[in-house]
Amino acid sequence: MKDNVESYVTEDGRTIGGLLMEMKSITLRFGGVVAIKDISFDIREGEIRAIIGPNGAGKSSMLNVISGFYRPQEGEVWFRGKPRPSMKPYQVARQGIARTFQNIALFEGMTVLDNVMTGRLTHMKAGLASQALWRGAAEREETENREKVEKIIDFLEIQAIRKTPVGRLPYGLKKRVELARALAAEPMLLLLDEPMAGMNVEEKEDMSRFILDVNDEFGTTIALIEHDMGVVMDLSDRVVVMDYGRKIGDGTPDEVRGNQDVIDAYLGVSHD
Amino acid sequence: MPDTTSNAADLASIPALLARNAHKFGASIAYREKEFGIWQSWTWIEVAEEVRATALGLLNLGAERGDHVAIIGRNRPAHYMAMVAAQMVGAVPVPLYQDAVAEEMAYVLDHCGARFVICGDQEQVDKVIEVQDEIHHIEHVIYNDKRGMRKYDHSHLNALGDIEAEGRASHQRFDDELNARIAELDYDSTCVMLYTSGTTGKPKGVVLSNRNIIETARSSAEFDNLGAGDEVLAYLPMAWVGDFIFSIGQAYWTGFCVNCPESAETMMTDLREIGPTYYFAPPRVFEAQLTNVMIRMEDAGRFKKRMFDYFMAHARKVGPALLDGKPVSALDRFKYWLGDVCVYGPLKNTLGFSRVRVGYTAGEAIGPEIFDFYRSLGINLKQLYGQTEASVFITIQPDGEVRSDTVGVPAPGVELRIADNGEVLYRSPGTFVEYYKNPESTASTKDAEGWVATGDAGFIEETSGHLRIIDRAKDVGKMADGSLFAPKYVENKLKFYPNVLEAVVFGAGRDMCTAFINIDLTAVGSWAERNNIAYASYQELAQHPQVYRTIQEHIEEVNRSVANDEMLSGCQIHRFLILHKELDADDGEMTRTRKVKRVVVADKFADLVGALYDRSGEIYTETEVTYEDGRKGQITATLKICDVAVMDVARKMAAE
Repeated sequence: MKDNVESYVTEDGRTIGGLLMEMKSITLRFGGVVAIKDISFDIREGEIRAIIGPNGAGKSSMLNVISGFYRPQEGEVWFRGKPRPSMKPYQVARQGIARTFQNIALFEGMTVLDNVMTGRLTHMKAGLASQALWRGAAEREETENREKVEKIIDFLEIQAIRKTPVGRLPYGLKKRVELARALAAEPMLLLLDEPMAGMNVEEKEDMSRFILDVNDEFGTTIALIEHDMGVVMDLSDRVVVMDYGRKIGDGTPDEVRGNQDVIDAYLGVSHD
Repeated sequence: MPDTTSNAADLASIPALLARNAHKFGASIAYREKEFGIWQSWTWIEVAEEVRATALGLLNLGAERGDHVAIIGRNRPAHYMAMVAAQMVGAVPVPLYQDAVAEEMAYVLDHCGARFVICGDQEQVDKVIEVQDEIHHIEHVIYNDKRGMRKYDHSHLNALGDIEAEGRASHQRFDDELNARIAELDYDSTCVMLYTSGTTGKPKGVVLSNRNIIETARSSAEFDNLGAGDEVLAYLPMAWVGDFIFSIGQAYWTGFCVNCPESAETMMTDLREIGPTYYFAPPRVFEAQLTNVMIRMEDAGRFKKRMFDYFMAHARKVGPALLDGKPVSALDRFKYWLGDVCVYGPLKNTLGFSRVRVGYTAGEAIGPEIFDFYRSLGINLKQLYGQTEASVFITIQPDGEVRSDTVGVPAPGVELRIADNGEVLYRSPGTFVEYYKNPESTASTKDAEGWVATGDAGFIEETSGHLRIIDRAKDVGKMADGSLFAPKYVENKLKFYPNVLEAVVFGAGRDMCTAFINIDLTAVGSWAERNNIAYASYQELAQHPQVYRTIQEHIEEVNRSVANDEMLSGCQIHRFLILHKELDADDGEMTRTRKVKRVVVADKFADLVGALYDRSGEIYTETEVTYEDGRKGQITATLKICDVAVMDVARKMAAE
């Protein structure tokens, strides 16, 4: 574990910075159901942090806690060395956090371009009148935002579907469009909820490459949930393993792979 | 039109043409490329400056005269400019197929001894690095797209942009040297080296001189009146000779604009946005577009569909005649005009052909229906016949003499001769210099008088003087009973059906002909959708009984048409099967230009060929497939084999 160092450089030459987010003894309950039980871990700047675990382990809930959508009953979320107050979703977005969803949440009737443009919402400052009249600031902003969006379209290689309504796209591409929208917000922390679920091998490889490239080119910190162990182990710098709402492992992929609790949780354990 | 009277000695190289263009066409657009959703453009002056900067950068890296500079990437202005920059320093550009897997690339890179490799993006760099373990003469790898490249060891790796910047910075040191090297280029210096895809054996490096390229570009541009105002879309592989002639040779000779699509997938949209005036595509592209139109018309409303059918029928009747300037009645002209307003115009616009003045297809035979479809719309689509060794042009169809079954008359400056065995021979200013490091092959292809054997069997029609190609000379054979066997002839007839993507016919030395069929997933898939036929995979769809029945009907039709030809009536297909996978270049079954490698297919699927001849009704088979990244996999299938009705030739002839 590299808990105590300020920053370090990975084998492939990326710099991992200091602590970006800290989960401190988080407990989350829905009525009588305890979804997350006393979990602590941190996310460092510039790293790819995976959260894995069997079905119902509480991974998505954890992601919702990080994004500020759920408020834990106990424990605190620290952001850049300070406790984070409870926030509205738009405040979270302004803080530089963007996410994708397990069940794609795009505007099906809108084109890919328009969908990705919605990701720029927090960067649009022009007033209502200006927007309606399409003069001055609004027009200028649109041009700037479009430029940013086109860079992302180019980056994710979705030029061919720029003008296609999202509803007509296959699943794998929708996932990519969702990633594009999240990236359009120029987040410092990107939360990906099962970015590779339901994809075939080729699509998974493409998506993995995009995630690595995003991290590498934009320096975006990424926290992701994923079921495919092979993918997780290849992509991540550090992995948190959850089971039944508890944290049962935390460390580099190699450390996690050797952890007996993790092996038991995934392969099952005999009770005799 | 460019000033063709100017002293040829001044325009003896591509860099010399570039200097002339920068002077003469200065502010007009030389290249366009769609990037970030917008068409970015370069004027001739900007191109000249950028090419020079890259050339200085190459000198800075120590490029020597005669070095080979490999270029691997999709069609982008930067890559074209890099080729010209390589020529400037006296090096030889060698464009490679970007979809080649590492081991294919290894052979070519090793053979040409490249010291410099210019890669389009990370994917190509990875392949070159993989190859570098075996090939040690690659000194510098240069990449264009910076994405994903930050982590690489840059000791021998440079961004193209950085090379240019360094070139600009060091211009005082290298200006004189560069000027001297440009001045050294003459008509006989090598312009480019292109590797032929080769349906047999290893690829051969075809050395083409400035004379070959510039003479060919000049005469072909004059033939079709190409000029500075024309627009082309560069989307075919840069390693293919046609692209080099169109996007470098003719573009630099006439000063027309070369447009590069945003990506391979956006090609159709980009085509429509640019609306080229001069367009080239292999038959399969026209075929795919037609299939697409037909599929979409199937889904159109009844009124639109009827209007389309009505006017298309009229267009088929009078369209080609109008295009050839033959007399057409006033009423028919009016109906055609009406059709143009309602159907042809919008359709051409959708396809991106509104402005096409000259269109060419070549490489394979094109189906008469497909050919006539485009011509009836008023698109001046013509055929040409050529090969890398001829700097493309051997024969070409003049305006007004266009037919789907010939490939035209000898191109300007080309002499044509048919050998005793039926093989087509030619001699022209475009005839290649030699095969690189392969004097035996050079000698066996090009004789002392400069005649080159094409390897194709054909004949010259006495009435029109047009050349007709029958088949590859070595593929034309005899069946067991001595009758003529021309597989390509039958395959082409089969491939004209939208449902058939590829066909491979066997029969040399056998007592009957049989065939492998590859279905076209777009066409058959759409048919399945309309008929509520569910399928999970290509394989499952291919083996569907109704698909078999449809293909069987197609083959029976082909048999009837083949039976009409006395010479080739023995080539009727008796049995066939539908393959469980698409023939693919990655598996070595096709060349990179998508021509079937007959021998490889027969060898690889020997068990299937056996089953075609041993009367069995089905066969179980296992096939190894290669994925795009070079990994291997296995697919298994049980294939049905189907008998086809054959026309009784003897009786038919007796009846006539």
